[in-house]
Amino acid sequence: MTQLLSSIRNGLSRTLAPLRAAYESLPVPVRRWTMPALLLLFFVIALLSPSFLNLYWQQVLIYVGINIILTASLNLVNGYMGEFSVGHAGFMAVGAYVASIMTVWVFPRWGLREYVPYLFPLALLIGGLAAGLTGLIIAVPSFRTRGDYLAIVTLAWNMIVKSVLENVDAIGGPRGFMGMQKLTSVAWVYVWVVITIFILRNLVYSNFGRGTLSIREDEIAASLVSVDTRKVKITVFVVASFFAGIAGGLFAHIIQFINPRSFSILKSTETLVMVYLGGIGSLGGSILGATIYTVLLELLRPLQVWRWVIGPLLLVFLMIFRPRGIMGMREWRFLIPPEERPEVIDALKERIRKKRGPAVAPAASVGASE
Amino acid sequence: MPLLQIRGLTHYFGGLRAVHDFNLDLEPGELIGIIGPNGAGKTTVFNLITGVYRPTEGEILFNGHHLVGKRSDQIVSMGIARTFQTIRLFRDLSVLDNVRIARFARTRYGVPVALFRLPKYLREEAKSQEQALELLDLLGLADQANWVASSLPYGLQRRLEIARALATEPRLLLLDEPAAGMNPGEIAELMELIQWIRRRFDLTIILIEHQMRVVMGICERIKVLDFGETIAEGTPAEIQNNPRVIEAYLGEEAVV
Repeated sequence: MTQLLSSIRNGLSRTLAPLRAAYESLPVPVRRWTMPALLLLFFVIALLSPSFLNLYWQQVLIYVGINIILTASLNLVNGYMGEFSVGHAGFMAVGAYVASIMTVWVFPRWGLREYVPYLFPLALLIGGLAAGLTGLIIAVPSFRTRGDYLAIVTLAWNMIVKSVLENVDAIGGPRGFMGMQKLTSVAWVYVWVVITIFILRNLVYSNFGRGTLSIREDEIAASLVSVDTRKVKITVFVVASFFAGIAGGLFAHIIQFINPRSFSILKSTETLVMVYLGGIGSLGGSILGATIYTVLLELLRPLQVWRWVIGPLLLVFLMIFRPRGIMGMREWRFLIPPEERPEVIDALKERIRKKRGPAVAPAASVGASE
Repeated sequence: MPLLQIRGLTHYFGGLRAVHDFNLDLEPGELIGIIGPNGAGKTTVFNLITGVYRPTEGEILFNGHHLVGKRSDQIVSMGIARTFQTIRLFRDLSVLDNVRIARFARTRYGVPVALFRLPKYLREEAKSQEQALELLDLLGLADQANWVASSLPYGLQRRLEIARALATEPRLLLLDEPAAGMNPGEIAELMELIQWIRRRFDLTIILIEHQMRVVMGICERIKVLDFGETIAEGTPAEIQNNPRVIEAYLGEEAVV
């Protein structure tokens, strides 16, 4: 298992090595525009995808994208912060229902029926904000206590959401909610994936992201080097819930029918599998984990119901044999902001060394001791 | 005015009295030592000052502000930094990130600024990165900036802990057995380092140490704890000849 996962990573980097070499031979100004150009290229491809992909494969791509958003956001809490949240589907449900209510009831009632496709991003945002708000309500009390309580609270949260949705008849109760237009397209999902990864990357490499990592490493030491651990935890949790809500909104507008069962503990477990498969503390890992798992489940369709056994089983094996997953704590280079790359830090170091005078602390004899 | 004033500090763990009626007046620029046998309550005093525990009784004033009831991160950002008896680095993170994390309270931008990578974020981050590297460079750790902290040799891990504490820009530095596990050569280096950072950063220092050589060598004043009680206080020479100290360290028999 361990070997399989590292060989996935190594194989991938070996395959991409020539590409990377080619990239590195480019002059710097060209390099700076490579990333935006590639992003744009993929966007155009995503826009055109309905003309060359059948509906089934479009749908698979959309699921891959939605799962990337779910996985990357949950990774923030479970991977980067080292807490254990098991109720991500609960936030997804909030986003899905709120966004659907916006597009099915609220916008048409405001006389904006024709504009619904254009208001779709707004509906998603409102769904995301609603999920973020519930995230805040969960986070404030649960982070008063330490450690395992978050798992219990989020587990309860997931169940509460499902029960509430089943019992509110106005939004369909156990029958579910429908009437959404099919607004989620490959292009939209692509845009949201890019936004999600961009924002999460910014968070991860900021003061708050480093604070998040320090909480995972040693929470007491973190607070003793001035990290406001409560603020960091709440921020991270709210951001993660927000994106789960966005994923929910996208999900609702591709299957056009949601019911409380879509957001059960099983959905949360699937997300956990993708996080730990791809690798904790890695956005690249989340992209990889979500893609591999989603495609794998599609390929295993002939197994019918039995394929749902694969996910939980995979989770058990991962936790035992390789809790850090494929990319655990590593990152794809293009996801690391330029100023954080080792060679940039080395260059800065040389500049500082030239600038400073001779007033340096008494030297340490490196490696002298046991 | 004293930088740190501790009055009647007492702490119980359940029924166990860990610290009893601890008093201290620390003038700016002083370097004092706290010694005592294992379990004497030395580290507990540090934990009480830095808000890890809330004292059962007593008050702590830093620069005129009450510390009791404040969170650790608030206390640290007021200007008190510490190291740990057993090294507590962020082991899986890079040496540079270890130091940058400690600049949390000194880096001023909000969450939205970070999420959207606004100019203020880039400015503050560049500044914070440079300051962290400068500090590493000063302490001779810049070449290891990209290393994972746990891959540093032991002596450098101790040094990194000190660098990380300094990154919070303290006025008062609490060093908890910095010489633990070091060989005589490293201890000599450490003593030099402590005196150097003290001058360079204009620090007031409290040092907990078992190595008599270190305490007697660099501290101006020493407090001796035993079973949570302060049993002696004075200059290194006075402490060395104090019968109660000898008793606490060597047992009663030795005095006779």
